[in-house]
Amino acid sequence: MSLLLQEISKRFGALQANDRIDLELKPGSLHAVLGENGAGKSTLMKILSGFIAPDSGTISVDGVGVRTGSPSASLQAGIGMLHQEPLVCLPFTVAENFRLGSDLGRTEARARLGELCERTGFDLDPDEVTRTLSIGRRQQLEILRLLDRGVKVLILDEPTSGISAAQRDALFSALRGLAADGLIMLFVSHKLEEINSLCTSVTVMRRGQVVGRGGLPAPEDELVRMMFGEMTATLPQRSGMVGKANVASLRGVDAGVGRGSITGADMDVREGEVVGIAGLEGSGQDSLLRVLTGLVPARHGRVEIGGADLTRSSNRRFSEAGVSFLPAGRLEEGLLPGLDLTEHMVLAGSVKGQIIDWHKASEHAGAVIRHFRIKGRPESPVESLSGGNQQRVLLSMLPDRLRLLLMEHPTRGLDLESAAYVWELLLARRKEGTGIVFASSDFDELLAYADRIIVCYDGRIVADLDREDTDAEQIGGLIGGRGAA
Amino acid sequence: MNRGPVRALIAVLVSLFLTLILLRATGAPPYESLAVIFDGAFGNPGRIADTLMAWAPLVLAAAGLVVTFAAGLWNIGVEGQVTAGAIAASWVARELPGPAYVLIPAMLLAGIAGGALWGLLAGWLKVKGNVNEIFGGLGLGFVALSFATFLVIGPWKREGVASTSGTDPFRPEAWLPTVGDTRLAPVAVLLAIAGIAAVAYSIRGTRFGLRLRAVGSNPASARLLGVPPQATLVRAFMVGGGMAGLAGAVIASGIQHKLVPAIAGGRGYLAILVVLLASFRAAWVAPVAVFFAAISTGAAQLQLQLDLDSSLGGVIQGILVLVFLLTGGLLTRWQSRKAAASG
Repeated sequence: MSLLLQEISKRFGALQANDRIDLELKPGSLHAVLGENGAGKSTLMKILSGFIAPDSGTISVDGVGVRTGSPSASLQAGIGMLHQEPLVCLPFTVAENFRLGSDLGRTEARARLGELCERTGFDLDPDEVTRTLSIGRRQQLEILRLLDRGVKVLILDEPTSGISAAQRDALFSALRGLAADGLIMLFVSHKLEEINSLCTSVTVMRRGQVVGRGGLPAPEDELVRMMFGEMTATLPQRSGMVGKANVASLRGVDAGVGRGSITGADMDVREGEVVGIAGLEGSGQDSLLRVLTGLVPARHGRVEIGGADLTRSSNRRFSEAGVSFLPAGRLEEGLLPGLDLTEHMVLAGSVKGQIIDWHKASEHAGAVIRHFRIKGRPESPVESLSGGNQQRVLLSMLPDRLRLLLMEHPTRGLDLESAAYVWELLLARRKEGTGIVFASSDFDELLAYADRIIVCYDGRIVADLDREDTDAEQIGGLIGGRGAA
Repeated sequence: MNRGPVRALIAVLVSLFLTLILLRATGAPPYESLAVIFDGAFGNPGRIADTLMAWAPLVLAAAGLVVTFAAGLWNIGVEGQVTAGAIAASWVARELPGPAYVLIPAMLLAGIAGGALWGLLAGWLKVKGNVNEIFGGLGLGFVALSFATFLVIGPWKREGVASTSGTDPFRPEAWLPTVGDTRLAPVAVLLAIAGIAAVAYSIRGTRFGLRLRAVGSNPASARLLGVPPQATLVRAFMVGGGMAGLAGAVIASGIQHKLVPAIAGGRGYLAILVVLLASFRAAWVAPVAVFFAAISTGAAQLQLQLDLDSSLGGVIQGILVLVFLLTGGLLTRWQSRKAAASG
């Protein structure tokens, strides 16, 4: 029983999500697929499990070709996927869920469930209602169901997010047992520690390509270097523009729930300062940025903007205090699909009054488009623009005077020219005294533009480094958990 | 690509075809039935007047729905908002003394207030109580209907005998003035034209409309652009409810001249179909509503002339909307297939 992927490619619009990926796995492999958000690992797994059809390339199991683009064909060939959110029917009992889609009788199913529990070491009560099960147990149920369907290749997509340490240990020991029986495990994760303790080999992906393969365990900084590329950051000269006054500060802040939450955050941002946030995805950066905008409330601690306590305030109060936020999901959280550029700019205040002078608004939009070098027209719907141009639209709509600007992945998905232009605009802001906080997974970007770099790991701030005293090696180690208390 | 007209044309032709088959299957003479409906809607000045009087409240309720749809809301409670407007207008008609030129404006304003209040409740349920507007609207619709029934057989019952056929007629000053010996009340038609024109203009031309569309597109982005989603949704509900309430006042003052239990008479739900068929666009509401009003009015003649039940009219309206939605769905599917095949 072996798995072979050859020359798998998939393109979404301008994005080459998978670029001629090859992968060959022998029976009993415990194989990790590692990569940052957007590296293409999820796309590859969805192609393998049939949820996405590849543009080209072939998949075969034991030398027999698998029809691509069909989940049922993949399952028939023995490829099953455990999704991040287990696909169980909540009002049903464990035994009922187990029987879904199989032709086992009631008693046969219970016997089979018992057998599989014994084989994997999972402890599931057949009569418990699924709704009351934890995520970890739902996952176990889903794995047993896949095993019952005869899967020989089991794909696990971030299986350890949101489950307890005990459940993780149970999962890992079951996976080791299954591998010993000759099944192939494909383990998608960005948690280096976990893949090092569980898996025996790894494929590292970056920007849609395989950039490294090897055996595990391997040194974490080596894996980080493969995930993020060679660190070639050179330090541009920077004038002392950082003021004395704090534009924002956090003291002992807890915010967010579950994966991506942040605990006990202390942080200061001064006038004209650029603070970068480093961390693997889901390490708490999202909550950290959102608590600074009032989009996520602080459960504990204190949030100050410009010296005023805004801990319990709405996002609107934060805006009034001069805070703006540009989220990573440009179309999901920042722009209005279906509305055109003129309409966006009117909302941002390009023309005043209740009755809109569309002629004037359109002229104004044209001027903004030229000034920010946006490739689009006043009447272009915003979703028709490329990512770089969408980012320019968002930047063009920021208020003139800002105290604090927060950004998530300011240049992700942008071509070099757009990225340079975005930073040109941002650095002009800092000259006016605006404090800038940005999260990025690009070490070069962090080291080139940040005065200070804050590192998040596992929901905590584990380091607050002066740019002059650190380098990519150190940051790479810290985001992988080295040096965490 | 603007495929609205193509889609509407396909839908009309297909549904006409299905209707003819259906009529034949039920043993009715197909072409004659359609001719009877057309004649019943437009055959003489009196019938045209009736069609226009069916059209006016339908357009007003649909105008309100265009507002709430722009904000991305499924305002299923529109039937209740029409009823609430009719109740409020009836209360004014019963309680306020004075001549027609005081009474009628007061009734119309009360109708707007009643509908807006009912919309406000649905809005609060949604943003404060986290109740989906579909369920909140349905619930409030039942409350309004039951309250109207309670008034008709309780506190506002007819002199001597309580009857579900309605309250005593309002005094004549509370009736919308009519033209000649028809039932046409020009005020109703003018209000409908003004209402839909105002909505069409506000959605495109005002900041209010732009903010509604922003929240309808993406509430999270709208918030970052300084448009508070919750307050905007509540406002949309109040404006939409106010228009529906005005429709209720027009029905009470211009058609029934009294409060009857089911005073909205399904016009709210019919207005949802009108807006769906108009692809949520204000400019198309008026012509589409003519079609619906004509079928509703003309179908009454089926009973008189061919001994067919007038509910056939509802069947035709339903078929048309379903076929229209189906063509939209199939066109989208076909296009995504084509895109997948070429991409």
